[in-house]
Amino acid sequence: MSKTRASGRTVGGLRSLSLQAPAVTLLLLWMLVPLGMTVWFSLQRYNLLMPEMVGFAGLENYEFLFTDPALWRAMGNTLVLVGSVLTITVVGGVLLAVLFQQEFPGRGIARVLAISPFFVMPTVSALVWKNMMMHPSNGVLAWLAGVFGLPAVDWFSALPMTSIIIIVAWQWLPFALLILLTAMQSLDEDQVEAARMDGAGPIAVFFYITLPHLKRAISVVIMIQMIFLLTIFAEIYVTTSGGPGLATTNLAFLIYMQALLDFDVGLASAGGVVAIILANIVAIFLVRLVARNLES
Amino acid sequence: MKFAYAFPLAGLAAAFATAAQAETITVATVNNNDMVIMQSLTSAFEEAHPGIRVNWVVLEENVLRQRLTTDIATDGGQFDVMTIGTYEAPIWAERGWLVALDDLPEAYQEEDLLKPVRDGLSHNGSLYALPFYAESSMLYYRTDLFEEAGIEMPEQPSWEEVREWAAELHDPANQLAGICLRGKPGWGENMAFVSTLVNTFGGRWFDEEWNPELDSPAWQEAIGFYVDLLGNYGPPGASSNGFNENLALFSRGNCAMWVDATSAAGKLYNPAESQVADRLGFAPAPVAETPKGAHWLWSWALAIPASSEKQEAAQTFLTWATSQEYIELVGETQGWTSVPPGTRESTYANENYQREAPFAGFVLDAINSADPTDSTLEPSPYVGVQFVGIPEFQSIGTQVGQTIAAALTGDTGVEQALQNAQRATARTMQRAGY
Repeated sequence: MSKTRASGRTVGGLRSLSLQAPAVTLLLLWMLVPLGMTVWFSLQRYNLLMPEMVGFAGLENYEFLFTDPALWRAMGNTLVLVGSVLTITVVGGVLLAVLFQQEFPGRGIARVLAISPFFVMPTVSALVWKNMMMHPSNGVLAWLAGVFGLPAVDWFSALPMTSIIIIVAWQWLPFALLILLTAMQSLDEDQVEAARMDGAGPIAVFFYITLPHLKRAISVVIMIQMIFLLTIFAEIYVTTSGGPGLATTNLAFLIYMQALLDFDVGLASAGGVVAIILANIVAIFLVRLVARNLES
Repeated sequence: MKFAYAFPLAGLAAAFATAAQAETITVATVNNNDMVIMQSLTSAFEEAHPGIRVNWVVLEENVLRQRLTTDIATDGGQFDVMTIGTYEAPIWAERGWLVALDDLPEAYQEEDLLKPVRDGLSHNGSLYALPFYAESSMLYYRTDLFEEAGIEMPEQPSWEEVREWAAELHDPANQLAGICLRGKPGWGENMAFVSTLVNTFGGRWFDEEWNPELDSPAWQEAIGFYVDLLGNYGPPGASSNGFNENLALFSRGNCAMWVDATSAAGKLYNPAESQVADRLGFAPAPVAETPKGAHWLWSWALAIPASSEKQEAAQTFLTWATSQEYIELVGETQGWTSVPPGTRESTYANENYQREAPFAGFVLDAINSADPTDSTLEPSPYVGVQFVGIPEFQSIGTQVGQTIAAALTGDTGVEQALQNAQRATARTMQRAGY
């Protein structure tokens, strides 16, 4: 049964299986028990507030979920949120990485400052943005608008999704910058110099040398961010609570509303299962893409 | 998904709590001003009852509700005393989640509790929670601005008049809004106010067959009025203002009028906390078509969950925190405007309170005249002025609150918002098997 690798080590086989067993079992339990319970709950009629209406529901929860207009709105919102933040952070991250790669006085401090938003907790950064930046009467942005004689914008009610995108992008831009800046440092200076001598301007260097060099790093950034951005919650909870209406309700927030505002465990679990499936579809595509990128 | 983790954790926490000390009771409460005072007086309780220690869990209203509901519905037993409202008390009592308070000590003087408040916390004739403070709603206004504009406040203002005054006094250049109202979505936030507005415009949540009536003309009219009034003459960012935000705005002098809980009066009359203490007027909540249900009735009360293992100690705490002596203790140590209002006849008979709190008699009338069993123009099948006393209402109120907030910001039109709300409510009711 066992195959022999080029290195001479065997994979499979009874001995190695038994050695792997504890770790694998633990991981499986860690994953399968919650997953199994979620699937089980999603097939139950289980609302905390209605203890007398408990029982097997079959696919009723899923039917109710898929006929809910809120689900499609939430999926759309998730897509918009993830897409916009990814675009902003990747484009902005590349540009900033190029900028911070240049020599200039105080570069070290500037780099630290640029990266620091990533270390602020999501709830805290959301509160800061809500109360100190975007507040319509005592926020910095309102003051700025006032300086130019413009009316203050009530960000969270007039432009709710834009506001969330700004906050999340502000948080994740430093992450992209960090990864891309590290990648930039492995760029061979000789290559750039050679290109220069061949008469390439800075723009040509950027498009034909820097960008291809960053390709792998960019795909890593996209993959890692995608995983986290699909489940954005704290920023929404603190600022708009998914509103006004459903304008900023993403999939994670919808599940939260069903579980902890409506106390409908069955429905929320069905939502959770749908979210798991969606995340896996995305992950499979992304992992393949990244893997192909890394191999070549 | 989260529940899979929550169950064992809750059990673990409960196990630790019992192991620590036999007579430590855990009290879960809201972070409102009156409760914070209660927490600060813990030592007075512990001195009087040396065998009992109090462990506090003080949370924001929405978070508290989630914690309590998940704990009590899963029989978690984390808490010995829970702070719940008029909405939860009868529903939870019916589920058998709360301990009936039938054998209260003589000294507690149960009859002294205001009748509408007591009724609201009872189920099948038994009391299940003791009121900590109770409130109705009323109109606050700035006497200086009204005088300047030559407006006389009638004995019973109407919403039409309020709109005219708001238009006249609205002065955004000087950071003064004509009127402040709740806009923050939530069944206990904007929907509490909106429900009273709908009531007085002649609407109701459900007809007698439990069919939702959210797209009825009365709702259209009321919500149209609300959006127009608050949108045009409200403060900036009105859709994220709840009770606390409006309290801050009004006490800083940024609102000419405000319709909200009577329990704000104590704070607004306290010169240390309010810049408008000497220019504050009050009037009954405005009416439109009918006076029925124009002002709400709510109380925060303390109850003992059936899952608690220290029910006796918990009851000792309950009868202390809602007693007449406690009210006197607060009056003497914190000032009489800070006593928890709306629970006892004796508070309103107290001369100190009458002298210090000019709004006292007025609030008493408002509470006594609110009738949760008859709050709509046409008959309705539910109990509650600003809520519907069924378990599904939390979910319904939250969803409708969101759509109303969307209408307020202009994200959707009023008609569209109400159609959405109607559809969502019908779905929830259908799922609940009505």
